Amino acid sequence: MDLNLKEIKPYGDTLGDGAVQLSFTLPLKCGAHSTEAARRLVLSMGFSEAEVVNNVDIGEGFTFFVVYGKGCRSIDVTTIEVAQVKTSVWSRAECNTKAPEMFDRKLIVVGACIGEDAHTVGIDAIMNMKGFNGHYGLERYSGFESHNLGAQVTPENLLEKAIALKADAVLVSQVVTQRDIHMKNLTQFVEMVEASGKRNEMLLIAGGPRIDNALALELGYDAGFGRGSYAEDVASYILQELYRRKTSALA
Amino acid sequence: MTTSLGLDPKKIADLRKTADSITEKVRPLIKSNTTLTVERAVLRLMGLDGTDADGVPLPNVVVNHLRSILGGGIAIPVARGMLHHNLGINELAEKVSAGEISLLENTSVSRTRAEEFLTELVDEQLETIENNRKTREKMISDLGEGPKPWQYVIVATGNIYEDAIQAKAAAEKGADIIAVIRTTGQSLLDYIPYGITTEGFGGTYATQANFRHMRKALDEVSVKQGRYIRLVNYASGLCMPEIVVMGAFERLDMMLNDSMYGILFRDINPVRTFVDQYFSRMINAFSGMIINTGEDNYLTTADAIESAHTVLASDLINESFAKAAGLKPAQMGLGHAFEINPDTEDGFLMELAQALMLREIFPEAPLKYMPPTKFMSGDIFKGFIMNAMFNLAGVWSNQGIQLLGMLTEAMHTPFLHDRFLALENSRYIMNGARHIGDAVSINPDGIIAKRAHHVVDETVKFLHEVEFDGLLKSIAQGRFADISRTMDGGKGLAGVIEKNDDYSNPFALAMARKTGIGEEVTKWI
Repeated sequence: MDLNLKEIKPYGDTLGDGAVQLSFTLPLKCGAHSTEAARRLVLSMGFSEAEVVNNVDIGEGFTFFVVYGKGCRSIDVTTIEVAQVKTSVWSRAECNTKAPEMFDRKLIVVGACIGEDAHTVGIDAIMNMKGFNGHYGLERYSGFESHNLGAQVTPENLLEKAIALKADAVLVSQVVTQRDIHMKNLTQFVEMVEASGKRNEMLLIAGGPRIDNALALELGYDAGFGRGSYAEDVASYILQELYRRKTSALA
Repeated sequence: MTTSLGLDPKKIADLRKTADSITEKVRPLIKSNTTLTVERAVLRLMGLDGTDADGVPLPNVVVNHLRSILGGGIAIPVARGMLHHNLGINELAEKVSAGEISLLENTSVSRTRAEEFLTELVDEQLETIENNRKTREKMISDLGEGPKPWQYVIVATGNIYEDAIQAKAAAEKGADIIAVIRTTGQSLLDYIPYGITTEGFGGTYATQANFRHMRKALDEVSVKQGRYIRLVNYASGLCMPEIVVMGAFERLDMMLNDSMYGILFRDINPVRTFVDQYFSRMINAFSGMIINTGEDNYLTTADAIESAHTVLASDLINESFAKAAGLKPAQMGLGHAFEINPDTEDGFLMELAQALMLREIFPEAPLKYMPPTKFMSGDIFKGFIMNAMFNLAGVWSNQGIQLLGMLTEAMHTPFLHDRFLALENSRYIMNGARHIGDAVSINPDGIIAKRAHHVVDETVKFLHEVEFDGLLKSIAQGRFADISRTMDGGKGLAGVIEKNDDYSNPFALAMARKTGIGEEVTKWI
């Protein structure tokens, strides 16, 4: 296939066809008029063709559409840079073997879901013994001493605990993102850590389904882990980053 | 239903006996304590509502005012105040708030006089709730209702007006039950916000005005659709009984109400929760509401295959507590969930085994079946199939309440069309396989039957351990959901008050007489 990286388009069944499937609801009654509205709306998004393949009344004067758009804009991917976590991912076994070679003590990790967010699913997946989807959590990593404080922990409490336990890394989870509440909570925590003068003593790591490394860096964290991350991603990062800091401090 | 797993009735009877023995040991703790929210619920039952000039709910104002004598119950001192000052309860509370009246001072009103007054007031107030119950029964008999499993969907915009529009759209497309998810964190508020609200995070505040607004919207759509649409809210957290009182006054039909959920998953003090759940369930029982229990949470925290028996164990404990509070089996929406890793070979068969097992053990309960959440991902197409398999298990095992999975679960609160697609999914599967439970019998030597027997046996073992150690110690040991909670830990402990010998809660006995538990209630409250 002859790819032009300066003009990448979605692939339907032919290179460059720019085929995209969309589904959305309009606050309009179902009928010919709203179908035409949906088609024109999709055309206005930059497609050269739009085909409404399904329009259905979903109650209270709303209509749900499935639309196929074709020939949409292209993207030059040669100019894109993404702030990815740069360390490599080790398996749990590798982490267990390498940790004692890198550090003469267990690394202390404190984690919580802060604010009023009651969802422990993220922090549990990373920290709890059982982990998630067959990927064991940090509690099963011999190189770490982990403290999962659970959900609805105030930023004050998390910081207090992190200082008391002399945490090497603090994991902050945010699942609820309505009205960008997660940004507020994450920012508040980072500001508190900075005000406490302990910012250089601990790695700050943010996690959650709507968080990525770029966002975490922007908010002042050292790294961020989003959807699909497991304990080994976080463990590998903590080991390698703290080791890098330790060795560069010696040098 | 001809699907019989061949579970041993003697074993099941033994499980129930063990569960009763477990809850019986918690009884003295429930009997000897009251809580801030129980007393506020009594005030709300007496008719108190509204806020003071600073926006503090009046039930909180009065309870805080009488904090030092709550061990005797709040009803008598407030009744005395009403009689002495010749004021209605709201006017009295406002004057207490303004510092014009103290209810701590002695009055000339005798206890007997106060009790007589309360008897009348209690009858009057309970009649309002009873009338709501009758209205519900009449609407159901006039309009009819959807076939089980009832289709349960959630709205969660944060704005009650927007919620009502979305709820009506869902009802038009087949929803039987609408739940208004509460805003994140409300469970930890030790008061109930007041009035209509239009802002929330991941949900909408549970307030009495919001309940009323949604009830009205659903009544309209019920009439339009010719099908009674039920309304649900959440009696969990620090205000369990107060939420149920509001629901009883506004004709809610169901309440999330679990005897241990708050302890395990919200870190609320165990004593507080056990006391609160009992009185809240009495009100549920009296008002004809169906409770929903939260066993799904066990499987999101722990592994769904390994921990299946904790679901059955918790259902049995919930059933035992519910029975003691006067709830009938038809009011017990005992919970469970479809949470096995979808990559597991024969995972669907294990799910089905669990659902059929619970159906057989709780034949009259409208079981509350929760959809996959833990393994839902951004792959909405796969999620949609997982929900379809969940719906198949639901119709096959004749569940009572099917909480429909959303294909965008784990990403955001449902879009309007996510709810529509969920209803379409369910309608197709449930209609197409409506009588599969009658048509297909389970091979007694196959995976499904064996799995069910295995879970029952595990539960027998587990419940005996819990019985031996006691429920509180078992919770402290982390036996449930791998979470450990202790009797002197958790939120809301400061709101637990030891009762005096002359404690009085006039609503408890009056409700108990009507729900059929009668004098038995005095063993619990």
